[in-house]
Amino acid sequence: MSAVTDSAVARLESVLGSHAIFVAKAANRELYAIDGVSPTAFAKPASAEQAAEIIRFAAKEKLSVIPVGARTKLFCAPTPARYDVALDLTALDDVAHYDPADLTVSVGAGMPLAKLNTMLREQNQFRPLLVPYYSHATIGGTIAAGLDSPLRNAYGTPRDFLLGAEFIDGNGAQIKTGGRVVKNVTGYDLHKLLIGSCGTLAVITRLNFRTFPTPSTTQGFLAAFPDYKSALSARHKIIHSPLAPLTLDVLNAQAARLFDGHTNGTAAIPELDGNHWYLFAEFSGNEDLLARYKRELAEIAEQCQAGDMHIIDDSAALAAMAARLRESIPHFREHFAAAIVVKLALPPAQHTQAATVLQSLGDAAKLPLAIIARASGPILVATSMQSEHSASEQAPVSPADLPIASLFAREILTLARSFGGRAQLISAPTQIKARYRAIFSESLASERTLAKRIKSAFDPNNLFPTLDGPAVPSIPAKSETSPRAPQEPEPASKKGSPPSPPTPPPSTQS
Amino acid sequence: MDSQLLRDLKSLLGSEAVLHRPEELMLYEYDGSVEVARPNCVVFPRTTADVLAIVKLANQYQTPLVGRGAGTGLSGGALARKGGILAVFSRMNRILEIDIENQRATVQPGVVNADLSAAVANAGLHFAPDPSSQKACTIGGNVSENSGGPHTLAYGVTTNHVLSLEAVLPTGELIRIGSSALDSPGYDLLGLFVGSEGTLALITEITVKLTRLPEAVKTLLAIFDTLDDTTETVVDITARGITPAACEMLDGWTLRVIEDYIHAGFPMDSGAVLLLEVEGMLEAVTAQSAVIDEICRAHKAREVRVARDDKERDLLWKGRKNSFGALGRIASGIYVLDGVIPRSKLPQTLRRIQEIGTQFGFNIGNVFHAGDGNLHPIVLYDIRDNEQFQRAMKASAEIIRYCVEVGGSLTGEHGIGMEKSELMPLLFSDADFDFMRRVHDAFNPKCSLNPGKVFPLGKGCGETRLKPHHVQTPKSEPASAPAPPAPVNAT
Repeated sequence: MSAVTDSAVARLESVLGSHAIFVAKAANRELYAIDGVSPTAFAKPASAEQAAEIIRFAAKEKLSVIPVGARTKLFCAPTPARYDVALDLTALDDVAHYDPADLTVSVGAGMPLAKLNTMLREQNQFRPLLVPYYSHATIGGTIAAGLDSPLRNAYGTPRDFLLGAEFIDGNGAQIKTGGRVVKNVTGYDLHKLLIGSCGTLAVITRLNFRTFPTPSTTQGFLAAFPDYKSALSARHKIIHSPLAPLTLDVLNAQAARLFDGHTNGTAAIPELDGNHWYLFAEFSGNEDLLARYKRELAEIAEQCQAGDMHIIDDSAALAAMAARLRESIPHFREHFAAAIVVKLALPPAQHTQAATVLQSLGDAAKLPLAIIARASGPILVATSMQSEHSASEQAPVSPADLPIASLFAREILTLARSFGGRAQLISAPTQIKARYRAIFSESLASERTLAKRIKSAFDPNNLFPTLDGPAVPSIPAKSETSPRAPQEPEPASKKGSPPSPPTPPPSTQS
Repeated sequence: MDSQLLRDLKSLLGSEAVLHRPEELMLYEYDGSVEVARPNCVVFPRTTADVLAIVKLANQYQTPLVGRGAGTGLSGGALARKGGILAVFSRMNRILEIDIENQRATVQPGVVNADLSAAVANAGLHFAPDPSSQKACTIGGNVSENSGGPHTLAYGVTTNHVLSLEAVLPTGELIRIGSSALDSPGYDLLGLFVGSEGTLALITEITVKLTRLPEAVKTLLAIFDTLDDTTETVVDITARGITPAACEMLDGWTLRVIEDYIHAGFPMDSGAVLLLEVEGMLEAVTAQSAVIDEICRAHKAREVRVARDDKERDLLWKGRKNSFGALGRIASGIYVLDGVIPRSKLPQTLRRIQEIGTQFGFNIGNVFHAGDGNLHPIVLYDIRDNEQFQRAMKASAEIIRYCVEVGGSLTGEHGIGMEKSELMPLLFSDADFDFMRRVHDAFNPKCSLNPGKVFPLGKGCGETRLKPHHVQTPKSEPASAPAPPAPVNAT
């Protein structure tokens, strides 16, 4: 790839008009840095058409492009080897369509999540995507990052409510997939491939969702358990009961610290001690339903040796707890020095065995471990890769800690494999990111081949970062590959690139 | 058909697993749609290894290959449009594993949808997608078509219930995607393969989620004097954020035909009815059905009946699920459409369908999933009358065009197949088709698997690449020949 030159900037400005949306000032470029690597320039298109124009330009000039949103989750992108242009999509924040009576909405990828939910709230609706960095994140970045929300227990993940999308492929063509209606099997579900694609496939410009009615009165239940077995056993009983809570999470003491502290209002979040495992559930409904939830959750908890139990019926306290649970990833990154955050996808009944292994792993390696085991989803595991809790998250990992870091990754992978699951890196210090990606990719060899074919179909010119992490492969000479040509899984030109983990970098479009 | 290929297939699968005589093949030239296309031979694999070997032979002889479940599909997806080998999965019908703790099951593609639910009912579970053909249709077919059904309003369609797949690509590769855990990292290949209408891979094993049976179910029949009151009720229920498990609408004319056949207790003089089901925790069901009752009455429902027991409930559903069969008694040809519209546009769309019926001289019935805006207008015609058939097709295209005009889509659950491929340009541009074709070609580069589907003619792949292999040309091209009556099991 060639670098962005001043003349390239000038040419692009002449293509896109005089409002100079393409800026190469050093100070601004750093805003888009990923692991300390800044783009040569950034562009902030005012429309999807302009974004497509920029992609076509980049394809012609052989520039590498990383689409970004509000830049809240750039840490989980792979460290870029080449990073010519950051394509800032925050200006694409329009509402193209909102039909409250149909409960469907279509918005630009740059639409902030919080702003969208404010709009929906006026119609007593919402979108159940309460994800980390909620107050800043854009909808496009959220989808690209593929992070989950505690509310998935009741509403599922974006793949369950994303109805369609518009995106720009690596040739700069504007592509439409799916639709705006709640049920649709017209053509391939290409939009699902965008979820968790982290900007490696395409530039998302528009997303269509179904919306949901805001639940009526919501309350919370928090119970302390002597150990993980009893907490997960209570969770298991709830899963297999008629109860259908909105959220259902089990947290170890370290993770439950995210609830520490009080709300701004008068109502306090229950005080937690440092020795228990906790089960936290939110539920909603009319008076009869709420009464039943409280009664039966308490009964189940008691059967499983729960100690303290709290009903959180103060809406401010509950909102504060829900918000902190939502922000668990930022919390871990902030509170663990050199934090590693890993998502461990396992079938729910295997969470107990996993907790056994995790606990002994933490004890043996003397690692602080925060664990959140989501009933309808993965286990989120966070730890610190620094023996001394002194420096910031940016602090380098000392060479002495590297073997422990690798050991931790290996153990997590072994754990995932032994229960037919998967491990995925969310966040790690730059020095060990590539190593983690390489380790976790071991479990995904066959899907990697398929993923590469998808990547070639979306991005034949290799404009966007690869799933492979650090090395952005150089463009093969044949940049005008026939779109009809079968896409070979392993282009020979990739020889010599580092081991290529398929684990998608959780986000670049954030 | 190449006689050496037939010999190879027979030696691979045994002669009882290969059909090739014209009278045998006739049974496989239809599905539930109005399309017709005859394969050159039909094979019945029993194992994944069989499927791999069949793919290999098809490649060796450069013959098209098409997968098929029970043949209940409604868009010609499982027809051998370009002839070749039709691989029927009905003998790969074993439930391989049931994991009650994790609420999931692993099945072979030929397992019948309702059989899986029956197998796990004792554990209080079921497989939620419930196409009306569920007593016959296979889970492999459901996965290929991303099938829906009445209760997908609350539970989601097939794609929301699939965790992993084993499949054979037309290149001969055996692949496994997803895992028994949710959230497999990497691209959502499952999302792409489910609903790809058999154009990307032959599915050989499926792990699905099982769903807890609800604690309480209430089935209501709301009877209205006019279509408008009925559709306005659906708009109101949706807008007020109530999600019943099912919200089906049947118009008065169709109801009378059904009642004559099923005797489900439907009124003989109504404008239309809503068949509504509320499921979940008892307290929620009680509260929701009270609100639904109130909304129905506010829209001048003449009567809101509640099914008193399972027997009454089953009878109402029997009426609904056999409605297309009932219509088959009064017409030799039935064309079932599958348009989708925003729920807010229901009243005007139903009025428009009536106008189109009048304009083209048809009685167009409506039995459909009103709660998710998934229309099934039914055009009845005489199969012996080609002019009438062509007119029926024109009326149908007009309806679909209107669906797209109001922000809807071509198909909600039946698929594009060969039936609606020519309508695809109503929604997609040439750039979209180029892109879709690149994705298609990434897995099915020679278009040897299920050719002539999904893409409009000329926009798809491989139409000129395949050797014309068959001795007898398959009869069908779209809308060229009248078709026999559709089977009774339609969603």
